[in-house]
Amino acid sequence: MRGSEKELPAAARLAAYRRPPPGSQPKHLHPSYVSSIKRAPTKPLIYLPHTISEITGPVFGPESVDVKAFDLTKQHSGEPVGERIIVSGRVVDEDRRPIRETLIDIWQANSAGRYLHKIDQHDAPLDPNFTGVGHTLTDSEGRYRFVTVRPGAYPWKNHYNAWRPSHIHFSLFGPAFATRLVTQMYFPGDALIPFDPVFNCTADEKARQGLIASFDWETTIPDRSLGYRFDIVLGGREATPMEGQGGKR
Amino acid sequence: MSLTPTTSQTVGPFFLIGFDRMSQEDLALAGVSGERVEISGRVVDGDGEPVPDAVIEIWQANAHGRYAHPEDFQDKPLESQFKGYGRCPTDDDGKFHFTTIRPGRVPAPDGGLQAPHLAVSVFMRGLLIRLVTRIYFPDDPANEEDFVLNLVEASRRETLIAKKVVDNEGALEWNVVLQGPDETVFFDC
Repeated sequence: MRGSEKELPAAARLAAYRRPPPGSQPKHLHPSYVSSIKRAPTKPLIYLPHTISEITGPVFGPESVDVKAFDLTKQHSGEPVGERIIVSGRVVDEDRRPIRETLIDIWQANSAGRYLHKIDQHDAPLDPNFTGVGHTLTDSEGRYRFVTVRPGAYPWKNHYNAWRPSHIHFSLFGPAFATRLVTQMYFPGDALIPFDPVFNCTADEKARQGLIASFDWETTIPDRSLGYRFDIVLGGREATPMEGQGGKR
Repeated sequence: MSLTPTTSQTVGPFFLIGFDRMSQEDLALAGVSGERVEISGRVVDGDGEPVPDAVIEIWQANAHGRYAHPEDFQDKPLESQFKGYGRCPTDDDGKFHFTTIRPGRVPAPDGGLQAPHLAVSVFMRGLLIRLVTRIYFPDDPANEEDFVLNLVEASRRETLIAKKVVDNEGALEWNVVLQGPDETVFFDC
């Protein structure tokens, strides 16, 4: 056995990422989110053991980042309209290990609930001082921080009188192809959350609650802006004591 | 006790404002070695209608079969100009396009080598969580013995293999069919 392990290329012995616990991620088909009906696959997914292709993934370092892009309120000549907020938190894995220097992209509506996107025809004003796009890298402890304004709620066509709660879109790569995550952050106490089919697509209550930021006095700046904390958890590694250490047992 | 991983949510209809910055349709920059390939395709829904608000991301090894990632410890050359990452949003006809190179073979969990392939993520309005699939290359004898292709029933395997475009050297077609008899194989990753 020892001999055959030695013959394996080092890369074939890398630790896989853990699969999400049942119910913690949405299924593709969620009929109350009407757009999923014609777009969700109908055949069962095929279980893919993680190979080197899934255990590696795109790497974006400081060269991919504009250090000023964490502040969405300073991209124009004036200040955007709206409630100033700071959204900060940590990106960690399931075992609480920080995900260092990982790229986070965010996008959001302005405070009136309008996106700066050609297909958004919601009859709410655009803000000449707000694009609604930012990015940053986490630091050595997995921490990140964005300065922005609270996005407004907006109507959509999913069902009669449908409204999206205020939310900010987050996109992260994490350390591997397997850890890619796109999600949305919501605000505590938003009355629209219980009615939102997107928020409610995840079966597990605890996982759903994880999408709601918490109000945070620690990062609230007196006379200036309210702080919200949103921690993000990416999949952890399988335990593999032999990882890359075949000769050292 | 371990933490619950953050749940996925749809990219929604307006993702382009956030995704545009990191779009990359041409991976085969000057100085990158390997056979050039043009991969084009469409994303179509259960009615056969184009999906104009999807985005395709690819991840691949370089021509030597090495990933530009700190956990690829193989003794193969890296090329600083080749990062292995691509992203292309679909247009109004559901079409996307990448210019890249045919990757080399990378190790398989069984100790052999995988056939050349691209790892693919598909996001769109209407999908609450990404779809994961792969693109393989036509007429590659290594496909026969590929660890992942062999997880798929033979009748569906061809949805993962790009097709040659007639009379166009290096041009390949690969489509994402979300539903129906020709539904693309998607993986639980």
